[in-house]
Amino acid sequence: MSFFARFAQNRGALVGLIILLLIITMAILAPLLFPESPWRMVQRPFLPPLSQDGFPLGTDTMGRNVASGLMHGAWVSLLIGLVSTSVALLIGVPLGAIAGYYGGIIDDVLMRFTEFFQTIPNFALAIVLVAIMQPSITSIVLAIAIVSWPPVARLVRAEFMSLRNREYVEAARLVGQSNTTIILRQILPNTLSPIIVLASLMVATAILLESALSFLGLGDPNVMSWGYMIGAARTVIRQAWWLSFFPGVAILLTVLALNLVGEGLDDALNPKLSRER
Amino acid sequence: MKKPLALAISAAALAFTSAALADDPKEGGVVNTIIQPEPPGLVLGMVQNAPTRTVSGNIYEGLLRYSTDLEPMPQLAESWEVSEDGRTYTFHLREGVTWHDGEAFTADDVVFSADVFHRELNPSARAVLQHVESIEATDDHTVVFTLTQPFGPFLLSFEAGTFTMVPEHLYAGTDFRDNEHNDHPIGTGPFKFSNWERGTVIELVKNEEYYEEGLPYLDGVNWHIIPDGASRAVAFENETIDVLPSGTVENFDIPRLAEMDNVCMTEEGHEYFSPFAMLWMNNREGPTADKRFRQAVMYAMDREFAKDVLWNGLGNVPLSAFGSNARFQNDDLEPYDHNPERARELLDEMGYDGEEITILPLPYGETWTRWAEAVQQNLREVGINVETQATDVGGWNQRLGDWDYDLAFTYLYQYGDPALGISRTYLSDNIAKGSPWNNVEGYENERVDELFNEAATAFPDEEREKLYREVQEILHEDVPVGWLMELGFPTLYRCDVQNLVTSGVGVNDGFKDAWLDR
Repeated sequence: MSFFARFAQNRGALVGLIILLLIITMAILAPLLFPESPWRMVQRPFLPPLSQDGFPLGTDTMGRNVASGLMHGAWVSLLIGLVSTSVALLIGVPLGAIAGYYGGIIDDVLMRFTEFFQTIPNFALAIVLVAIMQPSITSIVLAIAIVSWPPVARLVRAEFMSLRNREYVEAARLVGQSNTTIILRQILPNTLSPIIVLASLMVATAILLESALSFLGLGDPNVMSWGYMIGAARTVIRQAWWLSFFPGVAILLTVLALNLVGEGLDDALNPKLSRER
Repeated sequence: MKKPLALAISAAALAFTSAALADDPKEGGVVNTIIQPEPPGLVLGMVQNAPTRTVSGNIYEGLLRYSTDLEPMPQLAESWEVSEDGRTYTFHLREGVTWHDGEAFTADDVVFSADVFHRELNPSARAVLQHVESIEATDDHTVVFTLTQPFGPFLLSFEAGTFTMVPEHLYAGTDFRDNEHNDHPIGTGPFKFSNWERGTVIELVKNEEYYEEGLPYLDGVNWHIIPDGASRAVAFENETIDVLPSGTVENFDIPRLAEMDNVCMTEEGHEYFSPFAMLWMNNREGPTADKRFRQAVMYAMDREFAKDVLWNGLGNVPLSAFGSNARFQNDDLEPYDHNPERARELLDEMGYDGEEITILPLPYGETWTRWAEAVQQNLREVGINVETQATDVGGWNQRLGDWDYDLAFTYLYQYGDPALGISRTYLSDNIAKGSPWNNVEGYENERVDELFNEAATAFPDEEREKLYREVQEILHEDVPVGWLMELGFPTLYRCDVQNLVTSGVGVNDGFKDAWLDR
């Protein structure tokens, strides 16, 4: 059975993938459909959805187009999700690999270091980091990456520990391959499937984290993100429900889609496990 | 359970008579209002925070009171005279005034308050007192202030919040800050301090011995403390609260609350403070150092939009440095209208190369954040490359104090006279690192310094006006800062609270004349 066929066996995953593709399309089409900045004040404020042509989702407190903000926001959310996950992987994977492969004192030191980060509540740490570095896309991506790498490190370490004494690794060692080569070319490729599954879920968490930060007013003030839209709309929720509703639905769908896809990937990459289920 | 019935009966009884008595104040009743945030203390002069002024302005009094046109009105001083040369002010005090503890109020209290108490504790009074050579009580009810030179705004400085009269017999010779009476303020005002349940309510009761015949009408005023903005709005909606002083609910709640039945709104009662929102522009470096760039910013901003959308149409878009409530406004100046074309021309003329500039919003809540977003968008539309930098109050203070900014939002009080509230922003000797409240923009113009300094001590007013008109022309051309808006700070109240705002400080001393039509 092909990879995609196995993936598609999970109906939920297929739905998730379709939603995700739609959102990606939205992000790509945003500058084409709404070439003007989403910050532009284009109509009178508080237009309800569908009350005027060109403003299917209405306008916000300042007369900005909600539909435009939603589409441009998709790009920001996905970008932050992907980049911060990549950064988290760049930190977590090497640390986990080294700890798991070498074991002993190196493992101890690295794991205590990881636990140090794990014991601090994620969100609190992210708030502190963003507040210290001043809110900007870069600081938000970094903060999210810094709070989300420990699970990666632990996962990779566990995988490495179980793989490092396998026969093919012993064989590689016998042939005289260096440790680096063994880590990178022998073991790492075999740990990729759980990492990919974890990463897809991390993207979802990152999007949520970014939204929560923006909601609290710690978003980059120069980009229109979904969290920002909800945060700004919170204060007028009694007058204008649509301002928080649509970005809220967008976040919900994106996170749901990513979780479904993650599950599908898990099934597809670990066919044995999924059949046992 | 008896109360509602009694109220219903009296309401029914009133219904018959109200037509005849429509304009006759009724006695009795307690008004429930809000104080936000909770004041740190209630002794005016010792504590200067806005909430203290609001509550204690009804307990304490000054020599004078100010109308909504900022004309002085009698309070503890019945009448006053100014000498020909503008250097001697003689105040004749009311007779028969007593402190809340029964002691008589005399000229000695005035001398003690001004010369001892405020000189030691009160920076804003001290700024005025530096022009005062001597303060003398010539008899029990006459006080003479002699100035070193004429000081135009002198008569505007006797508001209760700035120049509070405190009782000499309780404070003289004590450590003011540790005085046992600080917990139970004693003033001469229409209301006496009764009880302060921390975090819940401050209760004031009627001063039965008040010297003005028949005043106050109310039996008391309760200042409720409700920390959450949404809860304050709800408390007003469900009629727990009768009066919402300005600034106690968020801007976006105001239209909804104002539209409710039996709710009235007034914009009067902030003329003395007249908060003026400005955009600091760094005159020292970067594109903002160029006058043409600063003019372009003025033309690029759609200030009417901000007023209508963010401030519900309340307030006023100023011509230049002097607001409409300030004295000596020069209204012949050409307004900086929203004119993106003109802004682009000016930018081309100076050869603006797209250098990135930053804008610091005022971290005082949603309205200010939205406002910065609107200005940023306005500026981008004329081709100015501007990025917003979010910051907290501490960061904002620090960056302005260090002059580390390009554009920054702020607002300042005008205190009725240019020499009190306006010149401080433009005088070059007011440039000092470390404070976000002085000449932060770094504007230096000798002629402007001369004009402002001369005008402060010029006499009489016609002289001052001439000088101030000239200074406005120069400032209007140079645009040292961006003039955004004179903020409207509306007071919301149930329409049956009558005669609430009768002075230029609004509810700060307004409950004296207020009465309930219930």
